Amino acid sequence: MSDSPAVAIHGEAHGEAHGAAHNPALLHHFAEPQQQRDAASLGMWIFLATEVMFFGGLFCAYLIYRRWYFEDFGAASKSINATLGATNTAVLICSSLTVVLAIWAAQTSRRALLIGSLVLTMLFGVAFLGIKGVEYKEKFEEHHVPGASFSFDRVPIPRHPDQYANPQHAQIFFSLYFIMTGLHALHMIIGLGIFTWLLIMAWKGRFTPEYYTPLEMGGLYWHFVDIVWIYLFPLLYLIDRHP
Amino acid sequence: MSDHSKSSPLKMYFSVWAALLVGTIITYKAAFLELGRFNAAVALTIATVKALLVALFFMHIRGAHEKLLKLVVISTIFFLILLLALSMADYGTRLWS
Amino acid sequence: MATPSGPQGERENYLNKHYGVGSWLLTTDHKRIALLYLISITFFFFIGGFFALLIRLELLTPAGDLVQADSYNKLFTMHGMVMVFFFLIPSIPAVLGNFLVPMMIGARDLAFPRINLLSWYLYIIGGVMMMHCMLTGGVDTGWTFYTPFSTAFTNTKIVEAGLAIFVAGFSSILTGLNFVVTIHRMRAPGMTWSRLPLFIWAHYATSIIQILGTPVIAITIVLVAVERTLHLGIFDPKLGGDPLLFQHLFWFYSHPAVYIMILPSMGIVSEIIACFSRKRIFGYSFVALSSIAIAVFGFLVWAHHMFVAGISVYAALIFSLLSYAVAVPSAVKVFNWTATLYKGSIRYDAPMLYAFGFLGLFTIGGLTGLFLACLGIDVHVTDTYFVVAHFHYIMVGGALMGYLGGMHFWWPKISGRLYPEGWARLAALIVFIGFNLTFFPQFILGYVGMPRRYYQYPQEFQVLNVLSTAGATVLGVGYLLPMIYFLWSMRYGKPAPDNPWNAAGLEWKTPSPPTTFNFEEEPVVTWEAYNYEEIDAHSDIRPDEEAPSVG
Repeated sequence: MSDSPAVAIHGEAHGEAHGAAHNPALLHHFAEPQQQRDAASLGMWIFLATEVMFFGGLFCAYLIYRRWYFEDFGAASKSINATLGATNTAVLICSSLTVVLAIWAAQTSRRALLIGSLVLTMLFGVAFLGIKGVEYKEKFEEHHVPGASFSFDRVPIPRHPDQYANPQHAQIFFSLYFIMTGLHALHMIIGLGIFTWLLIMAWKGRFTPEYYTPLEMGGLYWHFVDIVWIYLFPLLYLIDRHP
Repeated sequence: MSDHSKSSPLKMYFSVWAALLVGTIITYKAAFLELGRFNAAVALTIATVKALLVALFFMHIRGAHEKLLKLVVISTIFFLILLLALSMADYGTRLWS
Repeated sequence: MATPSGPQGERENYLNKHYGVGSWLLTTDHKRIALLYLISITFFFFIGGFFALLIRLELLTPAGDLVQADSYNKLFTMHGMVMVFFFLIPSIPAVLGNFLVPMMIGARDLAFPRINLLSWYLYIIGGVMMMHCMLTGGVDTGWTFYTPFSTAFTNTKIVEAGLAIFVAGFSSILTGLNFVVTIHRMRAPGMTWSRLPLFIWAHYATSIIQILGTPVIAITIVLVAVERTLHLGIFDPKLGGDPLLFQHLFWFYSHPAVYIMILPSMGIVSEIIACFSRKRIFGYSFVALSSIAIAVFGFLVWAHHMFVAGISVYAALIFSLLSYAVAVPSAVKVFNWTATLYKGSIRYDAPMLYAFGFLGLFTIGGLTGLFLACLGIDVHVTDTYFVVAHFHYIMVGGALMGYLGGMHFWWPKISGRLYPEGWARLAALIVFIGFNLTFFPQFILGYVGMPRRYYQYPQEFQVLNVLSTAGATVLGVGYLLPMIYFLWSMRYGKPAPDNPWNAAGLEWKTPSPPTTFNFEEEPVVTWEAYNYEEIDAHSDIRPDEEAPSVG
């Protein structure tokens, strides 16, 4: 209908780049790369804000029932393997370190370090999920998974060995435990997906000291998942541990 | 962002990492001590310090070249606290009457 | 500034640049996505309206003759769910906001065009799930999903409806995220915060709620679905859980959600009133900041939905007090609009009629909201038609009036055609009369004690119910009319000039309809918002008279 050269109509934003031949990663509606980077990082932080509120609902539920069923939560928490939890915390912290190393490597054009750090991050992530799996298996064998076969009979309350925890209330703890850690694990799996993609991009040499926004965004997400765990660990694993 | 190039941030990254690991060990050990009602307080304080370390240094909130990102973080925490605090306004006072 | 005409003599614009279904379904142009949303939400509006029609028909007589209790429960549930989650929440932000936010701030597009398209697809996926859920049995819990009825008793499709809303919620989150980033990052040079149109301020405030509130209902829905599937006890008192926790989490989102509906509407009203009074809005910064204040205060009041549900009386006191606080920024807006009208040269075009309608109906809705925030009165009228009337005055009288006003105001820009003004004024009048006839009787019904959500009622309530049903019929006509003449105008309407209202605002500096990138050159803003005195002083000729004739 017009004499302009045929433009692909699939609507890909960067397919319609106009103006001078600038950075190919710069999308058409941004004036300059800095604006695009700032938009991406603000967008990511706002996304993390939604994630905080998403987990916030669960923390709210936890807080209320922890106060209501204080002793039962203690007894239930004590049955979880805290050593595995602590190990997992360490694993995640190490993975966060490799994430910042990957970004630094991209900033300084160290390709081997970049790819190595990404691979290490993913290995730590997989290790975390593996340890989590062991933990879930233990719970399953102890019949601590909420549902028909749940049993928490005659488990003494910390500091009151003559009293038993209420199985119903303990089941609420385990419900929250599985939902919170499960949702966290789901985020880890999504994170692994993101990092697989980042690894492919890095392998293809897409990241330069000028352009590494996807790495930064993926890193922010990964660190956020780490922070959630930093709170889940003491709240779920470490209450009423002392004799 | 890229203005870190003049000095390598590696030392900072590794010290934060070490601090986080130490924090984890302290949390873990402290949980087995009898601190009465301070057990939870200690655990949550250390967790908050760790979260701050990650946010400030690994997520670069500290070096952010504008205040907006800090505002996003602070207002998110504010609304999270609203959710928790106003819920507790109900749960905390239900038995008063 | 217009691109040279094509063979058909039409200037190239966002509508005719590409043809074909693919060019629409894969578009990343915010204006096209806005139109996709317009079509989708109109569809759901008529679905929800159909349920409303059946509800009003059933209530025409005291006996349960059209439907029985179970079907009636489903009718009002589906009416609520469709209207709230699939019409009102996306209505203004996703249609007018999507279309106008980039243009008003002088940007080529939203910050994340592909995420914008994704949000439409999420909305459609949620919508298809909702339709499937409705066609295969529906839900009967009321749109509020109250536990433990929803998790342990009802046999209807809670999980599917919940997931539909969950998915649609992410669409809403992504829209809000896109707006905030766009407003922060994409403003044209010179477009400072104090020069932003109030429509933008309103959408900024709305986005804050979408971003911070929606995730909480998302997790709540997850909990309901998990509890229902696996028989957990988080919300079930029989298993040690607390049903009020559900209500806390639910209303933490769902109360502010009302402001997702009303705030954008307020933004539209600010634009319209300034334009048709030919004056700068009175107290610009107060109107702007009151939007933010409403968004923030909106998060502090949720438990006023739970006064009789068994929350602590002390908490109820706090929430009652805080609920009054929301009235302050709302009143600031109403007073400032009124002050803007004072000594303005007012024109009574259709958008302005809707804005007037909004002013009156929102004020009634807001003031009756204060009745409900008052503990003593709330105990009396909780779960009566008084509540139903109150929130319809806000959501329909407020939000929907604003939406229709905005659709008329910007229709020339969206479609490039003028709508028939006479018909539009008539429709605005019909909507106003029909609305009041429908819902004012419900205030009385509720006050004298007719409970909501029942399909039968005692004989003495019949007169008012018949009035209400009659009003709903009038209202229905009022809603059909704009749809008909908007469609008509797309083919037969007069071509619209670039700025038919001689309005301030960057969106009017683009051609009608705009080109794909809105602005050929990045605009530089050197004037304050709503500089109507300046515009009118410097131009004796209206721009539409000097606009080049089209075709």
